[in-house]
Amino acid sequence: MSNSKTITLSVNGRIRSLDVPSHRTLLEALRDSGHVDIKRGCEKGDCGACAVLVDEVAIDSCLTLAWMCEGKEITTVSGLGDVENPHPLQTSFKQLGAAQCGFCTPGMVVAARSLLNDNPDPSDDEIRYALSGNLCRCTGYTKILDAVKHAALVMREEGAGQ
Amino acid sequence: MFSEFCLEMPDRLEDALSILSDMKGTPVAGGTNILIDIRSQKENPPRLVALGDIDELRGIKVEKGRVVVGSRTTISDLLKSSQLLKTSPSVIDAAGQFAGQMVRNTGTMGGNIACASPAADLVPPLMSLDAEVRLASASGSRTVALRDYYQGYKQDVRGADELVTQVSWNALPQKSVNRFYKLARRRGDAITVTGVAVTLSVSNGKCSKARIALGAVAPTAIRAEKAENMLEGQVLSETLIEAVATQAAAECSPIDDVRASADYRRHSVQMLTRRLISEAWNKLAQEVKSHVK
Repeated sequence: MSNSKTITLSVNGRIRSLDVPSHRTLLEALRDSGHVDIKRGCEKGDCGACAVLVDEVAIDSCLTLAWMCEGKEITTVSGLGDVENPHPLQTSFKQLGAAQCGFCTPGMVVAARSLLNDNPDPSDDEIRYALSGNLCRCTGYTKILDAVKHAALVMREEGAGQ
Repeated sequence: MFSEFCLEMPDRLEDALSILSDMKGTPVAGGTNILIDIRSQKENPPRLVALGDIDELRGIKVEKGRVVVGSRTTISDLLKSSQLLKTSPSVIDAAGQFAGQMVRNTGTMGGNIACASPAADLVPPLMSLDAEVRLASASGSRTVALRDYYQGYKQDVRGADELVTQVSWNALPQKSVNRFYKLARRRGDAITVTGVAVTLSVSNGKCSKARIALGAVAPTAIRAEKAENMLEGQVLSETLIEAVATQAAAECSPIDDVRASADYRRHSVQMLTRRLISEAWNKLAQEVKSHVK
């Protein structure tokens, strides 16, 4: 029935070979190999906690089979930046209080990054729209919206300075 | 954790059709419906055929007034198309309220049609544009009007060896309005309570063509054809629009569920039909007036 094979993909810039059966989701395969910054939420495509970038496009890793990502570049929230060298979105989420319990934050940051890839200067409505597949039970979204707006500004200024 | 299944990932359409020819494969496009159904054990397919690597099924073309969309085209692809905004505004209305960003990036037009949900958001807009569905199998292909595609709740005419390969329709003609309204609890990430798509065309000061397509208020998406017939050939008045809205509500057969009651759904069909037809007619009023002069 189900068969297993070794797939090779890039996770946050590192090439990984994972031995996974055909019915394993990308979420399970990555969490099982230590990438627990990706959160398992509803597993129905509603909450967005498991969002990762696949070739720079945000997808729900709970609704993606690992085999479908053979040869692709996966970026999780940890791949965007770390404590020493944070991404502007990570800095803004921290400074503006956009994370409370923090469970939705990895998915929120990834979805926001996907938005800013396409649209460096989004309106409030465009931010709300891009984050409509990410649920947060703590913040009421206001500070998340502020953080994405602020990060976009920082990134535009950094871009202009280069 | 899923129950086990085999997974095939062909990169050419003819290979996919050859795999499906034994009638035992289940096609997967974005997977945003089927994988949820497998996880909840509503579905238990022994073999999935993933279409993600088949590039020839993805893309949007407008040629000689005909819009042709490959079945693997994602909802996000639709939203990025300026050609669709011009030729098929109701499709963009629907794509713009479809799930959340990540699902829009993976979910596809073909999947939305072939999952055969009565609440599939692209279906009423496509019905209001008289869309046709191309089905292909290893032994040939056929074209079915979308209005004839569904046979009952989650039942369609697609054979187990067939694949939806493309969807096509005529670009919206001049002097026409085409809109979709999705009634739901929130603007994104919500399943439709009632969906209404309307196309209205005028010529010689009269309504020359009317389409009213309804979603989530019957076992399948439906056209309110009697209501449409009341509009065609007429100069629209408030009284007529009211009667048409009442007729559209009479043509649906909604159920009570977690999202809304049948009564509320029927009421909302009447209100939304009245609103969309009135707005369309008002927008076309310039055309009507210039003819009367």
